[in-house]
Amino acid sequence: MKFKTRFFAYPYLIWMVIFTLAPIALIVYYAFTDKSGAFTLANLTSALDPAYMGVLWRSVGLAFLCTVICLVLAYPAAYILSRRKNGGVLSVLFMLPMWMNFLLRTYSWMTLLENTGLINTLLQAMGLSTVTFLYNANAVLLGMVYNYLPFMILPILTALQKIDHSYIEAAQDLGASPARVFLKVILPMSVPGIISGVTMVFMPAVTTFVISRLLGGSHFMLFGDLIEQQFLTSGNWNLGSMMSLFMMAIMLVSMAIMNRFGGDTEGRGLI
Amino acid sequence: MVEDFRLIELKDITKVFTDADAEKVALDHLNLYIRKREFVTLLGPSGCGKTTMLRLIAGFDTPTSGEILINGKDVSAIPPYQRQVNTVFQRYALFPHLNVADNIAFGLNIKKMDRAVIEKKVAAMLELVGLSGYQKRKVTSLSGGEQQRIAIARALVNEPEVLLLDEPLGALDLKKRKEMQIELKNMQQQLGITFIYVTHDQEEALTMSDTVVVMSGGRIQQIGKPQDVYNEPKNHFVADFIGESNIFPGVMIKDELVRLGNLEMDCVDKGFAPNEPIEIVIRPEDIYMVNPEHAQITGIVESVVFKGVHYEMMIRDTQDHLWMVQDTTFREAGASVGLIIRPEDIHIMKLMEA
Repeated sequence: MKFKTRFFAYPYLIWMVIFTLAPIALIVYYAFTDKSGAFTLANLTSALDPAYMGVLWRSVGLAFLCTVICLVLAYPAAYILSRRKNGGVLSVLFMLPMWMNFLLRTYSWMTLLENTGLINTLLQAMGLSTVTFLYNANAVLLGMVYNYLPFMILPILTALQKIDHSYIEAAQDLGASPARVFLKVILPMSVPGIISGVTMVFMPAVTTFVISRLLGGSHFMLFGDLIEQQFLTSGNWNLGSMMSLFMMAIMLVSMAIMNRFGGDTEGRGLI
Repeated sequence: MVEDFRLIELKDITKVFTDADAEKVALDHLNLYIRKREFVTLLGPSGCGKTTMLRLIAGFDTPTSGEILINGKDVSAIPPYQRQVNTVFQRYALFPHLNVADNIAFGLNIKKMDRAVIEKKVAAMLELVGLSGYQKRKVTSLSGGEQQRIAIARALVNEPEVLLLDEPLGALDLKKRKEMQIELKNMQQQLGITFIYVTHDQEEALTMSDTVVVMSGGRIQQIGKPQDVYNEPKNHFVADFIGESNIFPGVMIKDELVRLGNLEMDCVDKGFAPNEPIEIVIRPEDIYMVNPEHAQITGIVESVVFKGVHYEMMIRDTQDHLWMVQDTTFREAGASVGLIIRPEDIHIMKLMEA
């Protein structure tokens, strides 16, 4: 056949060039030029402003914390699901929130947590004083964990389900108690799942601006909000592009670290 | 070699698997003992209960009723990780996240053995299985035969009293399989460990074992030395499953005389009731082809297949019995031939209970 299979990859290739490579090239262009289009490093110095850097580290720190909490919550849940015969049905329940619009889910947290929201109304009815839940780091963290938890459970569950029962039996056969079986076989064999889960949670968490906007308000900003502000409010596309490059650098670094952890396990393909 | 001491005893073991609302009896009131240093093969078609039996001994499953004794002690309450047995799994189950040395050392590491001792033992095991210097290799990069050897090393390094092998050679090609059969047998004799070997391959069972346990439908059909099981199958199932056989219904006229249709033949079996209906078993290699004039039985060759060492011919006799005969001389289809069977090659079996 003259018509080679690789031709079928061309539509995707064209898509990639128009919608991924070209925008990245544009961002790099904007990041190193001023409004008149002349080359400049001024954006770099402005982006390195301590105020911006503070927000950047806060974003990274919060995303890291969110990832850790998700992992701690997700692993036991995924483990229990993987051991159950009806795990498939139950895991659908875990995925159910994802079928609802992301904004809607986050808005509903607002109505729950507001000063005049459901929880505070209940507290008042019980004669207790109200609590300010919203517009701080904890509220944003809650929103992140809530939204990204399924992305941690799913890959870990898949990795655990893929572990053939004969490995567990082999470990038992060689004298490993249930705790040892877990530590020496199940946990290391589920590392690829952990890595893709961590990646799938950390990446969106570090770039989010919707959750911080809704639950953090105007006082609690993340780096994603800053970038959005540069593009949409301040109209400084050049600085916004430079900040986007910072974000991309952080992602590349975290991906490299993940790859190191993953070694040559199957999870590599996912990152 | 084999000692009289009964290392493992299965007493009246029944195992029923309940799946949804269907019940399946995998083992049906089964009794068996295995002696020290014995090479026992559990032989049978898939679904006969042989693997279930192995899993009960290893502790991965518990019997529905009955007792399993290892060294005279009931092990029902002992979990697999505390039993003095090790298993070579059907698909090896080597840990993909560990290298060859760490796979073999897995059991020793759990026992918190000294590092230097572990290294020595691992090296000795690798030498035993003929893979010296493989310590740092990844198990996923090994061939099937090599993985097989590592799986054996991983089990043997723990110096178990009993090694359980679940169709360990099933995934290897014929030549490798035959090599490994001999090697396994040598290892077993060298180390003096009791082997319980599960297979559906009758040739493998006959080659390696001290004792063959033929199983079918969750029951033991026959226990015996390979020669006895082959030469004197107890019932239709064993005769049919082990090797090729001509099995015909007949009648025992009196001691040492059997009738097949209207043909009376001398045999060496006795102890049957006069005129008891029985089954006659004759192995295809025990039938001699002669000129029709001097023959006990005459017939026409229906088909010939070349099998390498011999030709396998299907011959229909004048009484319409279809005989399988193996002979090194070629007779073409349609040729009329005579057959002779020596009395000692005729084996009489009691009819199987329904």
